[in-house]
Amino acid sequence: MNGRPLVDVRHLKKYFKTPRGMLHAVDDVSFSIARGETLGLVGESGCGKSTLGRAMIRLLDVTGGEVWFDGDDILTYSEASMKALRKRVQIVFQDPYSCLNPRLSVAELIAEPLIVNKIFRTRPEMNARIKELMDTVGLAERLFGAYPHELDGGRRQRIGIARSLALEPEFIVLDEPVSALDVCIQAQILNLLNNLKKEFGYTYVFISHNLSVVKHVSDRIAVMYLGKMVELAGSRTIFQDPLHPYTQALLSAIPLPKMDVVRDRIILEGDVPSPIEPPEGCRFAGRCRYRQELCRTKTPELRDIDPGHAVACHFARNLSQGEASK
Amino acid sequence: MANDRLLLDIQDLSIHYEVEDGTVRAVEGLDLRLGYGETLGFVGETGAGKTTTALGIMRLVPSPPGRVVKGEIIFEGEDLLKKSEAEMRSVRGGKIAMIFQDPMTSLNPVITVDRQIAEMVALHQDVNEKEALERAVEMLALVGIRPERAKDYPHQFSGGMKQRVVIAIALACDPALLIADEPTTALDVTIQAQVLELMKDLKRKLKTSMIMITHDLGIVAETCDKVAIMYAGRVVEYAEKRHLFLNPVHPYTQGLFNSLPDLDEDQEELKTIPGLMPDPTNLPSGCPFHPRCGHAGPQCATESPAMVEVEPGHLVACPVRGRKGDKP
Repeated sequence: MNGRPLVDVRHLKKYFKTPRGMLHAVDDVSFSIARGETLGLVGESGCGKSTLGRAMIRLLDVTGGEVWFDGDDILTYSEASMKALRKRVQIVFQDPYSCLNPRLSVAELIAEPLIVNKIFRTRPEMNARIKELMDTVGLAERLFGAYPHELDGGRRQRIGIARSLALEPEFIVLDEPVSALDVCIQAQILNLLNNLKKEFGYTYVFISHNLSVVKHVSDRIAVMYLGKMVELAGSRTIFQDPLHPYTQALLSAIPLPKMDVVRDRIILEGDVPSPIEPPEGCRFAGRCRYRQELCRTKTPELRDIDPGHAVACHFARNLSQGEASK
Repeated sequence: MANDRLLLDIQDLSIHYEVEDGTVRAVEGLDLRLGYGETLGFVGETGAGKTTTALGIMRLVPSPPGRVVKGEIIFEGEDLLKKSEAEMRSVRGGKIAMIFQDPMTSLNPVITVDRQIAEMVALHQDVNEKEALERAVEMLALVGIRPERAKDYPHQFSGGMKQRVVIAIALACDPALLIADEPTTALDVTIQAQVLELMKDLKRKLKTSMIMITHDLGIVAETCDKVAIMYAGRVVEYAEKRHLFLNPVHPYTQGLFNSLPDLDEDQEELKTIPGLMPDPTNLPSGCPFHPRCGHAGPQCATESPAMVEVEPGHLVACPVRGRKGDKP
């Protein structure tokens, strides 16, 4: 990585108050993203990946920590500075069926960010930009006046992408952008996102529960479990040499559309525990087949095991059957 | 033509929905076979007609607007479409059971789980309440739920556990056929692995035949014996799992495989199928896939393709790619 990262997240925490106690959705997570990089964020429901995606661009008020964007801690920004920053930072949501106002046409939907930020003085100038954006994301010009309900999921997601690109951002959080789509449409949208990145040099955070999709788009992948980042490495490394026992189990659980693949499947016992007032120690210890006494008492830090490969496990590279199998 | 080696033999089935904009041809001339003890993967995208076919087998297509226009569904040698509603009621849940996608909505939130299983048992078997409840606890044990949880309500269970309860209900009367409609789609991948493992295990023990409806070819690779690929209301390819995965012949099947990102290889760009699924109220003439197909010839726009056997047991509805004797 040359020079300063575009995004540097330090000890970010986001807790939610619930009647039963504090829910630790994101708990002391640190990482950075280089300009032009795609960081994949994976994990199962409730691991905090979406909360992290939103907290790091201040769509949620954080409980603690710092988020440095291009050299500034944006958590200290005033509202006016935030408004300026929002042009540079965008998000695309999962569900193209619910995130678009059904009463606005395609053109009006894409115009919204341009109007809010008073980018153009005249209507023809703005319309030209809208058409340009539609072309960029692969929406035919005849759909200019169409409404979302007339379009399929893939086209709706293209509208969401066009809206996020309208202000020429540098950094885009993609929160499960293809999860609601069929595989053929999913492939079209993934290609679009990759091509856009090549053309405009965007930096992405790509959040998904689908590991093969994440691998396809990401340079590096971070695996989350119950509010903690448990492993962070280059996307090839994560798949070839997973070191955290949770990452290993997660990867082994993916059903592969292939014949003759021999795999040692690790079936995890039980369910993810509650993120409300989690106990000390490793969050994964209760389901880990390698757990030792230490895992129950001391929380493992995310540390570099190899250059560029960080793991939050006391026994990474030294896993041996723990108390669970005794 | 009934084949007594087949548990289920669907011939030329068409199911349409009459809606304001016209007729939705959800299932159109579908042929499908399932042998005893087999698991069939039933694969297709949203709107391909997978769930409508399953509802058709159960005779649960909502009518109106739905209507079985033609065809036969031969189950254990008898046409289900000719049965009376009373006869169907004993088939449903008894001989044929169904698991739906979302375990959160298929359980009654105000009844304990053992009673929900016992309800099914009491309906189909000659037992008293106590025996039915005992059977319920046995079924829970079978799906890996401890007896002390039998008196719990659905909201006290996690998603994976709820789906186990749903499976217990479906299998309580020892059905000959289990139709599972995207049984793990709502679950996380590690929980999905648990449930799939359980289903494979139960199938081995109980020898139930199964139709596994899914959009995930990975699940098919893991759980099924045979595969039917569905497009626009019909089966376009049907084969042993090995044949289908190693030699997919129909251009749509190939497109489906190519759209999947590969975990083992790095790909610059995914190969996509151009265009979109056709509008089911206005299907293209001839082969419904021809406007999106790279292999289409002039006959594809006019002739509806018949199933051709390209190797033993491997049927393809494509006159261009699936010629008899051609090496697939």
